[in-house]
Amino acid sequence: MPEQVRFRGGVHPDDGKSLSQAAAIQDAPLLETYTVPLLQHIGAPPKLVVAKGGKVLRGQRLAEPSGFVSAAVHAPTSGTVKEVTEVALPTGRTGPAVVLQADGEDKADEGLAPLTDWAEAEPQVLKQRIVDAGIVGMGGAAFPTAVKLSPPATKPISVLILNGVECEPCLTADHRLMLEQPEAVLTGARILARVLGVRTVRIGIEANKPDAIALLTEKARGTGIEVSGLRVRYPQGAEKQLIHALTGRKVPAGGLPMDVGVVVQNVGTAVAVAEAVTLGKTLYERVTTITGRPVVRPGNWRLRVGTPYAKALELAGGVSFDPAKIISGGPMMGFAVYSLDIPVMKSTSGILLLAREDVTQFTGEACIRCGRCVDACPMALMPGTLSVQIENERFDLAETWHALDCIECGCCAYACPAHRPLVQHLRRAKQEVMARRRAAENKSKR
Amino acid sequence: MNAQVLQAVWAVVLLTGTGTVLGLVVGIVVKLFGAEIDPRIEEIEGLLPGANCGGCGFAGCVAFAEALAHGKAEPTACPSNSAAAVERICALLGVAAGTRNPKVAVVLCGGDNAKARQAALYNGVVDCKDAMLVAGGAKGCRFGCLGLGTCARACPFAAIEITAAGIARVHREFCTGCGKCVAACPRNLIRLVPADAPVHVLCSSPEKGAAKRGVCEVACIGCRKCVKASGEDHITMNGFLAVVNYDNPPTAEVAAVCPTGCLVATTPPAETETADPAREMVHA
Ligand code: SF4
Ligand code: SF4
Ligand code: SF4
Ligand code: SF4
Repeated sequence: MPEQVRFRGGVHPDDGKSLSQAAAIQDAPLLETYTVPLLQHIGAPPKLVVAKGGKVLRGQRLAEPSGFVSAAVHAPTSGTVKEVTEVALPTGRTGPAVVLQADGEDKADEGLAPLTDWAEAEPQVLKQRIVDAGIVGMGGAAFPTAVKLSPPATKPISVLILNGVECEPCLTADHRLMLEQPEAVLTGARILARVLGVRTVRIGIEANKPDAIALLTEKARGTGIEVSGLRVRYPQGAEKQLIHALTGRKVPAGGLPMDVGVVVQNVGTAVAVAEAVTLGKTLYERVTTITGRPVVRPGNWRLRVGTPYAKALELAGGVSFDPAKIISGGPMMGFAVYSLDIPVMKSTSGILLLAREDVTQFTGEACIRCGRCVDACPMALMPGTLSVQIENERFDLAETWHALDCIECGCCAYACPAHRPLVQHLRRAKQEVMARRRAAENKSKR
Repeated sequence: MNAQVLQAVWAVVLLTGTGTVLGLVVGIVVKLFGAEIDPRIEEIEGLLPGANCGGCGFAGCVAFAEALAHGKAEPTACPSNSAAAVERICALLGVAAGTRNPKVAVVLCGGDNAKARQAALYNGVVDCKDAMLVAGGAKGCRFGCLGLGTCARACPFAAIEITAAGIARVHREFCTGCGKCVAACPRNLIRLVPADAPVHVLCSSPEKGAAKRGVCEVACIGCRKCVKASGEDHITMNGFLAVVNYDNPPTAEVAAVCPTGCLVATTPPAETETADPAREMVHA
C-alpha cells in the first residue's frame, strides 16, 4: 500500500464488523404494506404526484422534486396508495409518508428505458437520469446526488473520489456491495466521471477490507481507475479527511470539496447510478446492515424503502435478548431511536442493536483540561473549550470558534476521560448558530 | 544624586501639568457640548424591578427607563412591576396611569412522570433543547413537557419549578408575565394568559384521542364535553384538542365535566411560600 497522507486526529474504536461482514446480501421478501416517507433527503420536500386510491407500479414516481435541491421518491412495489399520513421517522422528527398496499405482483414500471449507450450519451442526459431516479447520497447524509454533480463554472472539478471507506464501526453494507457488485461500482464510477468530465477517478477503501481492495483493483485494471487502501482510522470516510488522504488537498474551513476541485460519492451511490442508467431502475431499495449482539442472524439485506424497522429485524431472526439501545446507522454517527415503528429510508445504512453491556451510562464531569478531545478532533477544533461555553449558552463564542466546522464525528466525546457530552454540545451549538444566522438574515431582509 | 532628584522633580511637574491641562480641556468640552443627563432616568430605574427580563420590549431596565424619560414608552409596558411602582413612575413623569391586564404563564401540559409514559431512558444533557436533538425527545407524547427545565432556567424571577414528578409548573405568585419562558420552551407549551383566567386545558397534543390516551392519562381526548357544557364561545375545538378562549373564558365549574382531568381550574397561589434560596439569589 502506498504511503498515505494522514489526516490529523481521529480515534480507533473497535470496528465490530465481524458480526455481519461475511454475510452475503440477501433480498427481502415482499411485504404487504410499505410506508414511504416523502422527505428522505437534505433539501426541499418533494411534491406528491399520486393520490389516495391511486395504483402504482414498482419504481414508479410517488413524488417529484420541488426544486433544484430536492429528490423524487418512488414506489417500492406495485400496489395501491392506501393513504398519505404523518409518520415518525428515524431522525426523531415526523413527516408525511405514502402508505402503499402491495398487490403482491410486484410489477415493474417501464418508465425509464435503459441507456445502453451511456458511454456516448451527453453528460446532461446522464445527469437528468440521476435526477429522475431520485438518487441521493447513500452514505448517510442523503444529499441529492445531481446537485453535487453540478458545480458552478468557477469551480472546475479534476478528481472524482468514490468513498468505499466505511469507517463507521459495525456497518458492512458498502463492503458487501463492493464484493458482490464490483462491476456496478466501476460502471457507476465511469458514469459519474462522464457527467463531471473528469479523467482522474480514485476509490478509497479502508485497509481492513483487503478482499474488497484486491477485487476492485483487479477489476479496475485497464480502466484508469485507481483503488487505494487507506489506514484504518475513524473518521477516514469523512469527506474532507478522505480528500486529504487521497489527494493531499485541504478543504478550507467552511468550504466544500468542490473548492479544491473534488467530488466525493459513496460506492452505494455509484451502484444506484449504474442501475439507474444501465437498467432504468429508480432508487427504491438499498443495502442495509442489521447487526448487534442481540440480533439472532446479523447480516446485510437489500431492503425496500418504506420497510418498517420491525419487519427488517424479523428478517434477521429477531432478537435473542432485549437490546438496551437501538441505533439507526452506526454507533459513532447514527441516531438513537426508541421505536421500531419507523421506515427504512434511502439513507438507512444500518440498524444496530446494542446489548446492555455495550451501552455505557455515565454522567459528564467537569473538564480536566487534558486536551485529548483536541488531539482527537479531525477538524482541529477545541471541543472541550467549546463545550464549556456552549453549556453557558455562549453560542456567539461557539460561532467564532468554528462550531459550524464540526462534522459530528463524535471522536471528541469518544476520547474524553471525563465523559463530557462534547459532540452533543456541538450539535446543539450548530443548531443555535444556524438559527441565529437565519434570524439575522430575515432581519436584514426586512 | 542631584541629577536624580532633578529628574524626579521634572517627572512630577510634567505629569501634573499634563493632567491639569487635559482635565481643563475635558471640562470645557463637556460644559460647551456635553448632553444634560436627565436625573429622572436614575430615579425611574430605581423604581423598576431590575431583572432585565426584556418583557417591556427594551434591552433592559436601564434602556426602558431612558425610553420612559423620553416619552417613548408607557410605564405599564413593564409586565413585572408592582402597581405601586408604576403609579410612582407615572407621577414622576406627569402622565396618567393606564390600565394593565396582568398576565401569567401557564404550561399547557399535565403529563408528569406519574401520568405520562416515557418512551425511552434519556441520560444526555439536562436541557429540553438538547433532549429534542435525540430522537426528538424521549417522552411518549411528542408534544408533552420534557421536564428538563429549560424554561425554569430562562425565568428571571425563578417562578417555574420542575416538580418531583418531572413537569414544569408556574408559581403564579412569582410570575410577572414577562414571557421569557414562552420563547425558551422547544415544545411551545407555555402561553401567557390573563391572570384571572379561571380554567386551562393542560394538553397541547393535536393527535387523535386514542393515540394520546396510549401515552398519557391526562390527555385531552377531544370528547367535546366541555364545549357542550360551556358553549362554543368559551371553548373551541382545534382538531382533537380543546382550546380555552382566553378573551371570553368559561367559568371554573366547567372543569368538572372533563373525563380525563386535563381541564383544570386555576388554583389560588399557595398561602405562604417558604424562602427559596434560588429566588433569593435572583432578587439579591
Ligand atoms: S468537535 Fe466535532 S469534528 Fe471535532 S471531534 Fe468532536 S464531533 Fe468530531
Ligand atoms: S477530553 Fe474531556 S477532559 Fe480532556 S480537555 Fe477535552 S473536554 Fe476536557
Ligand atoms: S414564568 Fe415565564 S412569564 Fe412568568 S416570570 Fe417566569 S419567564 Fe416570565
Ligand atoms: S415547559 Fe418546555 S422548556 Fe419547560 S420543562 Fe417542559 S418542555 Fe422543557
